Amino acid sequence: MRDHPTLVSFRRLAAPAALLLGAGLLAGCSGAVLDPAGDVARQQRDIIYISTALMLVIIVPVMALTAMFAWRYRRSNQDATYDPDFDHSTGLELVIWSAPLLIVIALGALTWWSTHLLDPYRPLGRVSAEKPIDPKARPLVVQVVALDWKWLFIYPEQGVASVNELALPVDRQVRFDLTSTNMMNTFYAPTLAGMIYVMPGMRSTMHAVLNRPGSYKGYSANYSGAGFSGMRFRLQGVDQAGFDGWVAKVKSAPRVLDSGTFLKLEQPSEKVPVTYFGRVAPALFDRAYQRCVKPGTTCMGEVMLRDQQAGGGGGGDPRLGTGMPAGRTSVPPPGQKPEGGLFKDDAGPTGTHNTVPKKKPSGSTAPSDSNNRDMSFLPSRPAAPVRAAV
Amino acid sequence: MSHAPTETSAIFGRLSLQSFPIHEPILIVTFAVVVLLGTGILAAVTKYRLWGWLWREWFTSVDHKKIGIMYLILGIIMLLRGFADAIMMRLQQALAFGGSEGYLDAHHYDQVFSAHGTIMIFFVAIPLVAGIINYVLPLQIGARDVAFPFLNNLSFWMTAAGALLVMMSLFIGEFTRAGWLNYVPVSNLQNAPDTGPDYYLWALQIAGIGTTLSGINMVVTVIKMRAPGMTMMKLPIFVWTAFCSNILVTAIFPVLTAAFAMLMLDRYAGFNFFTNDLGGNPMMYWNLVWIWGHPEVYVLILPAFGIYSEITSTFTGKRLFGYSSMVYATVVITILSWLVWLHHFFTMGSGASVNSFFGIATMVISIPTGAKIFNWLFTMYRGRIRYELPMMWVVAFMLTFTVGGMTGVLLAVPPADFVLHNSLFLVAHFHNVIIGGVIFGLFAGIDYWWPKAFGFKLDRFWGKIHFWGWVVGYWVAWTPMYVVGLMGTTRRTRYFEDPELQIWFVIAAIGVAIIAVGIAAFLIQIFVSIRNREQLRDTTGDPWNARTLEWSTSSPPPPYNFAQTPVVHDLDAWYDMKAQHAERPVSGFRPIHMPKNTGTGVILSALALVLGFAMVWYIWWLAIVAAVGLLAVGIGHTFNYDRDYHIPAEEVTALEDTRTRLLAQPAGATA
Repeated sequence: MRDHPTLVSFRRLAAPAALLLGAGLLAGCSGAVLDPAGDVARQQRDIIYISTALMLVIIVPVMALTAMFAWRYRRSNQDATYDPDFDHSTGLELVIWSAPLLIVIALGALTWWSTHLLDPYRPLGRVSAEKPIDPKARPLVVQVVALDWKWLFIYPEQGVASVNELALPVDRQVRFDLTSTNMMNTFYAPTLAGMIYVMPGMRSTMHAVLNRPGSYKGYSANYSGAGFSGMRFRLQGVDQAGFDGWVAKVKSAPRVLDSGTFLKLEQPSEKVPVTYFGRVAPALFDRAYQRCVKPGTTCMGEVMLRDQQAGGGGGGDPRLGTGMPAGRTSVPPPGQKPEGGLFKDDAGPTGTHNTVPKKKPSGSTAPSDSNNRDMSFLPSRPAAPVRAAV
Repeated sequence: MSHAPTETSAIFGRLSLQSFPIHEPILIVTFAVVVLLGTGILAAVTKYRLWGWLWREWFTSVDHKKIGIMYLILGIIMLLRGFADAIMMRLQQALAFGGSEGYLDAHHYDQVFSAHGTIMIFFVAIPLVAGIINYVLPLQIGARDVAFPFLNNLSFWMTAAGALLVMMSLFIGEFTRAGWLNYVPVSNLQNAPDTGPDYYLWALQIAGIGTTLSGINMVVTVIKMRAPGMTMMKLPIFVWTAFCSNILVTAIFPVLTAAFAMLMLDRYAGFNFFTNDLGGNPMMYWNLVWIWGHPEVYVLILPAFGIYSEITSTFTGKRLFGYSSMVYATVVITILSWLVWLHHFFTMGSGASVNSFFGIATMVISIPTGAKIFNWLFTMYRGRIRYELPMMWVVAFMLTFTVGGMTGVLLAVPPADFVLHNSLFLVAHFHNVIIGGVIFGLFAGIDYWWPKAFGFKLDRFWGKIHFWGWVVGYWVAWTPMYVVGLMGTTRRTRYFEDPELQIWFVIAAIGVAIIAVGIAAFLIQIFVSIRNREQLRDTTGDPWNARTLEWSTSSPPPPYNFAQTPVVHDLDAWYDMKAQHAERPVSGFRPIHMPKNTGTGVILSALALVLGFAMVWYIWWLAIVAAVGLLAVGIGHTFNYDRDYHIPAEEVTALEDTRTRLLAQPAGATA
């Protein structure tokens, strides 16, 4: 059999492949993900490096052994041991299962703390590796609305807005509140802090900080229809003075962003040039994510409140179960949440029939028993909670 | 952009002359080629009077071997279509720089990438996997057919009907532009009032019925139809992986069907499951499709793992190292695959604890997978490896797949995923595991079991070109995608601004050209092998000196597979029989009870196709006719009691005597 040529060419392949991979990684260093300008992105990049190194601990030996065994035990090599019944070794099995396990334990620990530490909803703990965050400094708030197919950035404190241009002062924590009007997009600034989905009817949050002034690119990373490829924005990192100057420049723009302009702006359009709005109607972002920018539409929050009241809950009470109808299968009202067995102080008798109900349940096991009729949704019993006026 | 006419007529629904893309040069040329080829094939079939033969011997056949081959033919044809889409994408991305928007507008490009993914997963990978399982599994467990032979035929034709519906969208109307999972809100009625998402939904619902039924069929076959003595821990490893894969199919496809059914209700009946307003929630759709989607990856890769195991054991001339550990690894992967779907959208904002859970669960899967890699490695250790084509694929797989596994675990670390999600790095990762894992495995399986199915080996020279084309092509095409992913390039992007990126996309396009050489060599390999079949002939039925039961019967196997049901004493039953010098029975054959062919599967699937087409185009009267027809034929078939026959003992004796004579010849061509 022609074993040799095959294997030689295997090795011939390995070298260029490795070269290509190495060259690629080097070239990638000039790229956005591996050359971050913000502290969060820098930590994310470090996680990539650490996890890759951890995995190479096992990947490299496996690939080397594969190549070695594939070469050594070729049929034409009659010097190699041939042991056709070698099919078990407890020692090897232990290594086989425990080596990946150890790596995964290490990676898992890394995952647990880094996921919590870099959770985009969590305010930052530091401005950069050297500089802790000033606990008194409030973050700059930027409200992001993904429209079809452009980005709208509203600066509520400054009262200005811009399309497809995001200016940030360096070394200051930013909190992004994000939503979308129609499509699902991903707000992606690779040099800043990675990405987060922006979805219609929902509000996402992301905290970030930019450390290095400069001009960077931002994208939508999630395909959102015909104009998706052009849905890009420019991220300008400037110092505080530069930021003030930028705000002043935008303020002087004559355009005003109110409901009417917003409704026109949200119509699909592609490759929209940078546009500034000198003034912004208040609470526009809230109405965007509650889907009530159009005059005459009901805000989602209001709809939910009504639903909650119809279910017998109180307005503004965010606790679990407040809007639920009372009934055996519903979530119990707050304060009556049953404790799990592990948390019970009084475990009661430890006899064998501990699980026997102490009280007769209100339902009946007999089919079509009248007791069961009032156990479904929206009870009409006298004890029913107050409903909203119709 | 939509071609959908605003009005619908009572007879043609929303189908009108505008629905035909007569103004699209690429499609016109494609259509002309398809018509020419199609007419040529139809004319040839008619000329050689093959219609009756095709209908009796193939279309209506309930023989698992023939159904398996039909699945493979379907998969290979669809591979060509899916690959054509791949070429178009690579070309577009290599050209679309510096203000140029390439040669495809959004309307077409978005359809192309959606169709590529849909076709490659649902109509290439699934049919190829199903085909190999269909062919090999009953043979490996010593059975005469699957548990429900008619259901098997129906499953195939339902899949084929789905594939046909996708292909029709090329020339009538348009396909979805919402990605391979038809994501909402892009596919909501408000955003896509055209036929695209409807084609997608109906094609996949019809094909999904086929896949679900096939999954049930295979699970029952493994549980109920194993040869005497074959306990679960003596199952060939391929059967174990196919078994777990089909358990997953049975469990997950209903979720997909339900998700699609809800989207259908949204689109047809004005429901609001996944809409932006009125209480709908697009995120729910993402959860549901990925609850299906992640286990689906294992539906495809597990049987491929089984193929690699069989091949490694055969060509190293050794028992598989760590059989029980391999079985446990397979089962553990099957269970864990359910617990990881959320890693497809860490960045949706689930919170740190949820993300950590799903991230770590994902990493845990790499432990049994790693164990499997080690098991193959130590099967090679102290082996005597014959580098036939199948074994070459195994080594290429082990080197390629480990890299894909590594990038996969990297993506499972949520903070890393926050920068790499939805980038081309992610796309490179899943092509790394699907090409390097599933596709390599399927080609290995085809090279390995071809002689069993047809009685002659595949040509080695063209096989090698096929192999190198894919392996080199894969690395050249996808390494640059890892690189541009790290440079922050997003997936599904149609044109780029940064000129630095262009070189990487040009390299990727070259890679795809190399893969094209591989695919061409594959077709030439099949053609050359059929032409030279006499030189490549194998009369022993066991050309590789293999170890499992399918090699104990003739190649191709007789309709009844085994004249007498084999009795199993050990793992690697056929190797055991050879070692014990077990005598092949040569007399005392009895009539064999077999299932009878039926055309019901073809008819039902044709009606389902008509129903799908009618629903896509709002031709309500036709939909009602087809639905009533489906019910009538389905019920009618239950009254068909003429479902079985006996192969007479004389016929069995004659077939077995031929084999006895062939075995007595000195082995020539296969030495």
